[in-house]
Amino acid sequence: MIEWQDDGALLSIRRHAEGNAIAEIFTPSRGRHVGVVRGGGSRRLAPILQPGAQLSVTWRARLEDHMGNFTVEPVKSRSAAVMSDRAALAGLSAVTALAAFALPERAAYPRFYAQTITVLDLLGTSPSWPYAYLRWELALLEEMGFGLDFSTCAAGGNANDLSYVSPRTGRAVSRMGAGEWADRLLPLPPALMGEPPRDTSEILEGLRTTGHFLETRLRPSLGERPLPPARARLIAALSRL
Amino acid sequence: MDRPPSDIEALIELMARLPGLGPRSARRAVLRMIKKRGQLLQPLSEAMVKVAATARECVNCGNVGTSELCAICADPRRETGEICVVEDVADLWAMERSQVFKGRYHVLGGTLSALDAVGPDELRIPRLVDRAKTEEAREVILALNATIDGQTTAHYIAGELEALGVRVTSLAQGVPIGGELDYLDDGTITAALNARKSL
Repeated sequence: MIEWQDDGALLSIRRHAEGNAIAEIFTPSRGRHVGVVRGGGSRRLAPILQPGAQLSVTWRARLEDHMGNFTVEPVKSRSAAVMSDRAALAGLSAVTALAAFALPERAAYPRFYAQTITVLDLLGTSPSWPYAYLRWELALLEEMGFGLDFSTCAAGGNANDLSYVSPRTGRAVSRMGAGEWADRLLPLPPALMGEPPRDTSEILEGLRTTGHFLETRLRPSLGERPLPPARARLIAALSRL
Repeated sequence: MDRPPSDIEALIELMARLPGLGPRSARRAVLRMIKKRGQLLQPLSEAMVKVAATARECVNCGNVGTSELCAICADPRRETGEICVVEDVADLWAMERSQVFKGRYHVLGGTLSALDAVGPDELRIPRLVDRAKTEEAREVILALNATIDGQTTAHYIAGELEALGVRVTSLAQGVPIGGELDYLDDGTITAALNARKSL
């Protein structure tokens, strides 16, 4: 019998047969891992098994390539903090759904795990969570091999007045370098370069840019499945702020 | 032990597909019905034939009934200006058991899903907005599950109804009747504390 123990964030849960559930859990050392939770549909466990919850998990299987079973213990619930906040709730759904969508199974991403936990902890508790979410999407693109480069202008090489992103290369372009092509480029708000945003519109501009690369780079690499609708709902919720 | 004849076996197999029944309990149930043919099997089969022919979704609310409008929508006494939104018919029946709510219902048929492509059009949300307008609803009560998907759906509906100026409320969340704090998860305790009230 193979067995390991770790802490992790629950990404998704689906009912399996009458009383069980299939959980996807993001752990620091094992990455996104799937397993059956016996009794996961029960009244005792269902409130604990909400996406975003921090769990202490033990995974057991007879062989490494079996789906295996999880035994779960709650560490921290995050759903109560976001339930009454439309945007934060949409943020939690977007983080868990995008991570479940993009991360390969059983591959560890310890640095990205830490960033995921940071943004999950900020949701509903800090007004800076939209900025943390934007940075998290950038990190997701980078971890999946589609990192954007904002160091210098793709058109001229200088590092000043960077205002746009090339939709083709993902590199920054300066205002001067953009010239008459500016309306064909994506926005590069300061928030994408690590400066705290002035307002939500800057976050939305940043999400337009990351969204382009999620759609045109990440999605085709995962077999053209559509992006989880939770992201579009987050953008709609942020637009109303 | 001999296997039961094939018609009976087919019935057992069908019964075993029902929620809460496995092959063994289905076998026991079928055996019981055969033994009580006059009191159970005959009336049950007649009732099932009748329901199979008449059961349908209410065109107004999505409840199940045997006519175009369900009994609740057809009852003029339930025209109170309140619409209670539930996820599933089972939730509607649970609300009706309490005998507290006297208005009408709207069954969504699911919730918005973060991962699956279940959008507002797959649910009965556009129909709810129509009803809130045409029935001149005073209040829409969102009795959706206290899950991430349930509350995401609740917030979405609240946003859709915002322009109509209708009052939108949701069920309280917190300590269940007879619940002991020691046994509650921290999320429920947080929700209960956030929704505390003066005594």
